[in-house]
Amino acid sequence: MSMAHLVVQLLSGLAAGSVLFLIASGLSIIFGVTRIVNFAHGSFTMLGAYLTIDLIGRLPDGGFGFWAAVGLAALVAGGLGVLLERLVLRRLYRSPELFPLLATFGVVLIVQDAALALWGPEDLLGPRAPGLTGTVLVLGLRFPVYDLFLIALGPVVLGLLRLVFHGTGWGTRVRAATEDPEMAAALGIDQHRLFTGVLFLGSALAGLGGALQVPREAITLQMDMATVIEAFVVVVIGGMGSLGGAFVAALLIGVLQAFGILAFPRIALVLVFLVMAVVLMLRPNGLFGRAEPAAGSHQALSQGSFAPPGPLARLVGGIALGLLALVPLAANDYSLIVLTEIFILALFAASLHFLLAVGGMVSFGHAAFFGLGAYGAALAVTGLDAAMLPALALAPLAAGLGAALVGALCVRLGGVYLAMLTLAFAQILWSIVFQWSSVTGGDNGLLGIWPEPWASGRAAYYWLTLVLCAGAMLGLRRLVAAPFGYALRASRDSALRAAAVGLPVDRLRWLAFALAGALAGLAGGLQAFAKGSVFPALLAVPTSVDGLVMVLLGGLEALSGPLVGAAVFHGLETEAMRGTGHWRLLLGAVILAMVLVCPSGLSGVVGRVAARLTGSARRP
Amino acid sequence: MTLLVVEGLSKRFGAMVAVDRVGFTLAAGEMLALIGPNGAGKTTCFNLLNGQLRPDAGRVTLEGVSLVGLTPRRIWRLGVGRTFQVPAAFASMTACENLQVVLLSHHRRAFRVWRSTRSWYAADALALLERVGVAHVADQRCGTLAYGDLKRVELALALAGRPRLLLMDEPTAGMAPADRQALIALTRALVRERGLAAVFIEHDMDVVFGHADRIIVLDHGRILADGSPAAVRDDAQVRAVYLGTSPGGRGQ
Amino acid sequence: MSRAILEVEALDAWYGAARILTDLSFELRSGEVLALLGRNGAGKTTTLRAVVGLVARRRGRIRIADREVAGLPPYRVARLGIGFVPEDRRIFSGLTVQENLEVGRQPPRAGVPVWSPERLFGLFPALAGLRHRPAGRISGGEQQMLAIARTLMGNPAVLLLDEPAEGLAPRVVDHLAETLRGLKGEGLALLLSEQNLAFAGVVADRVCILEQGRVLHHGTMAALLADPTPAHDHLAL
Repeated sequence: MSMAHLVVQLLSGLAAGSVLFLIASGLSIIFGVTRIVNFAHGSFTMLGAYLTIDLIGRLPDGGFGFWAAVGLAALVAGGLGVLLERLVLRRLYRSPELFPLLATFGVVLIVQDAALALWGPEDLLGPRAPGLTGTVLVLGLRFPVYDLFLIALGPVVLGLLRLVFHGTGWGTRVRAATEDPEMAAALGIDQHRLFTGVLFLGSALAGLGGALQVPREAITLQMDMATVIEAFVVVVIGGMGSLGGAFVAALLIGVLQAFGILAFPRIALVLVFLVMAVVLMLRPNGLFGRAEPAAGSHQALSQGSFAPPGPLARLVGGIALGLLALVPLAANDYSLIVLTEIFILALFAASLHFLLAVGGMVSFGHAAFFGLGAYGAALAVTGLDAAMLPALALAPLAAGLGAALVGALCVRLGGVYLAMLTLAFAQILWSIVFQWSSVTGGDNGLLGIWPEPWASGRAAYYWLTLVLCAGAMLGLRRLVAAPFGYALRASRDSALRAAAVGLPVDRLRWLAFALAGALAGLAGGLQAFAKGSVFPALLAVPTSVDGLVMVLLGGLEALSGPLVGAAVFHGLETEAMRGTGHWRLLLGAVILAMVLVCPSGLSGVVGRVAARLTGSARRP
Repeated sequence: MTLLVVEGLSKRFGAMVAVDRVGFTLAAGEMLALIGPNGAGKTTCFNLLNGQLRPDAGRVTLEGVSLVGLTPRRIWRLGVGRTFQVPAAFASMTACENLQVVLLSHHRRAFRVWRSTRSWYAADALALLERVGVAHVADQRCGTLAYGDLKRVELALALAGRPRLLLMDEPTAGMAPADRQALIALTRALVRERGLAAVFIEHDMDVVFGHADRIIVLDHGRILADGSPAAVRDDAQVRAVYLGTSPGGRGQ
Repeated sequence: MSRAILEVEALDAWYGAARILTDLSFELRSGEVLALLGRNGAGKTTTLRAVVGLVARRRGRIRIADREVAGLPPYRVARLGIGFVPEDRRIFSGLTVQENLEVGRQPPRAGVPVWSPERLFGLFPALAGLRHRPAGRISGGEQQMLAIARTLMGNPAVLLLDEPAEGLAPRVVDHLAETLRGLKGEGLALLLSEQNLAFAGVVADRVCILEQGRVLHHGTMAALLADPTPAHDHLAL
């Protein structure tokens, strides 16, 4: 490639990086003050883009209409940010890290359905920016003026943000509250009002970033997650809370993407992920970040003790298991299919529950391992002509190895880093599976993954699933009660104390992460043979979120929670799918309701009601 | 017999010298109190000994083995137990389970995956709880224990690793006076009976002067005095810097 | 004597399950300095934090100029004229000295002295030359001055100071004592938490001696200095 091409590619990357900086700076500002990673940030970018196209159509043609539309879109996005702060985030500042993540993801789902209803499923193309439609010659090649405008805009916005945060009383108060919210409050600063303002500014930047994308590329309904993940990567690489860091990282990512697309057209995102992995290994706080204060303000997710079941519970469990084993003698095929699916979901949820509640680690990409298992088994069948059982054995192995790899990178970081890095990893894996169609079948998936003849009957496969899922879940229960489970819980309860009594905290967490991945992989393998096919959706973010919803529905404090959660979730999904086309809207609403109203899950609610009815004292 | 040797221990944070060339030795069976005004460097000193912080200079050896640069885990394995100022027991576990976890870690059994934790070292754990006088709360979750009981569990947790040196950060903070005396008397008995050495930071002067064999007074990161309680009490420099001289005459 | 500006009545407070304060009562008038004396862990800091609203679990009545504030969030309490200077100072280390002062700024309040950065630089001349220096890079004594100055920017009627003399060089302590007496002269009410009787003795009008979160002795500083038995009983070696 000629020098000129390289330069043009570089400039193009810088332009993309500039827009990414606008979005990432908003995410960074919001995280800095609220300590919340706002998933809906990407939704505001997407809305900014759609609104701009929509408004351009309603406003007079020409320069004024275009720029007014861009400005209005940013303002609307800012306003939505204010609403989000007032209605949702405000209640979650001190709750466990998982809850704000999930709640804002609920908002993502709702916005997706709303955008679909308002603007339809087609990709939208906007007009070019009036006055900036031309090109200039760069070393003899044509380069869009609009991109030059974007390249210039990045530093201007950085300068303006610097001015706001270092030159105004409001900005100074925001920085003070970021550093020490309690002291700021003691000096008379109303945090809530400050936070509302920060959400407005940050969300408006997201909206502006989306609006400015309109002349550059097609606007799609997938923009939201792609954007928020990229923006998060930028913030992580640059260092949480460092605007200058975000600027450098955004340009780096933009350029990397631009050249990555030339070198590895399909998997440019992998390159970005690798860069982030290297940066995090060398500088855990990012390029320009400072060490975070050791004690976060978030509460622990679970204080569960997961006592081994008493004799009565064992008896009830044994009877239930026995009854489940007898179901095929009486039930029809449909019930068996439903129950098989529930078992698989329950195992998936149980592996995630183990990670969350016993290990204290929030994963937002657990579906990666579910999918790894499913694709591992499917590829063993289609590629290696393996029989079902070896393929099923390969599933947890592949997923466990993948989890060991990811875990090695991120269990040490913990908290919101862990959540977002697992999410990023799942997204990468999804894009590989989606793009690498010669092996994975891409969007069409892999078909014809059927059980061997002896297990191909509904009842036989039901029994196989029951044995494997129940066995795995009972084994997990045993592990939780064994020294390993206690050592893991010790690390969760107090990492400092655990290390002070000789427990290798990171290694315990890493093994737990790998094990949870392996069990999710087993569930994935079973899923592949239950459906006869695998699709990229298995490892997409919505599947991870389904897992989290099941765990939360069932409640964190009981090991039986995932089973209950899986059953309820499956029922809900089936009914909602049948009754309405707006599954995401409903799921988003369910998530918000759960997080805001009953974070202890169904078992918590049932427990409270039961306690009230029997008038019994609270459990110790 | 000399157990612990500290020489020229120093640590600075930016421009501030938190610990400045601190040195002392400690024999088995000895209780050493570390006192001084807040900010004198006591906690930093502690964190240098237990591996939470790495010294800029100086040597620390436990029975001839250097502790400098080792992780808190290694140092614990070499026989340094510690108690935390704010009791940091594992809140979701019972007192007995807390001890079992520590015993499992001590015996390198923490990665066992099958046999229930219940069956591991339960008798040892109970014996330890018995020894510190809280066997009656063995089955209560530590998150729900009374403060005084938790402090005793904390002591048992430190003993469970069979330490030779015990580092205690304000072992009696937040307790009622009678409980304080009882706890420190118990600690002293354990130190004698097991041939340990103990270093403790303490603000309660009744506890310090009633039970320490030796007292080191720190001020601005340096050792101001090192000696018997009687000698420290009569040290004019100590009284000036640490206790303040009141217009009323004698130390405050 | 004028009416109390701060009244605390039957105050109980907890940290988690640990009860720190029991049935604590005292009052404070404008232009008066009350010292809470006690050893570490006696409950002095918790008392100050409870007044400001920084202790989650508390019970009892706290009135500022006859207004009940026990249920209010800290920022509302601060806006009613309570200024708090914590023991560890907690200056915003990433902000400059000047910016730290700006963060503390509140509108003027009737009947209490009004402060500006210029006036505060007059009171603490050492800070004047440092106004554009990041506050994380000034000395401990300067940080203590800044912490007080920053709180004064809120024009408080009551100033709560948690062991302000701690860790300061004797010369700086003398200057601090003089400054606090000056503030008292301007009509501010000062509530001081102290372990050091020598410092409290030159600043305070009255004392409460705390132990185990209870008031054990209550009286004038003059009486305590004349007969220091209570101090010896509860503070000395």
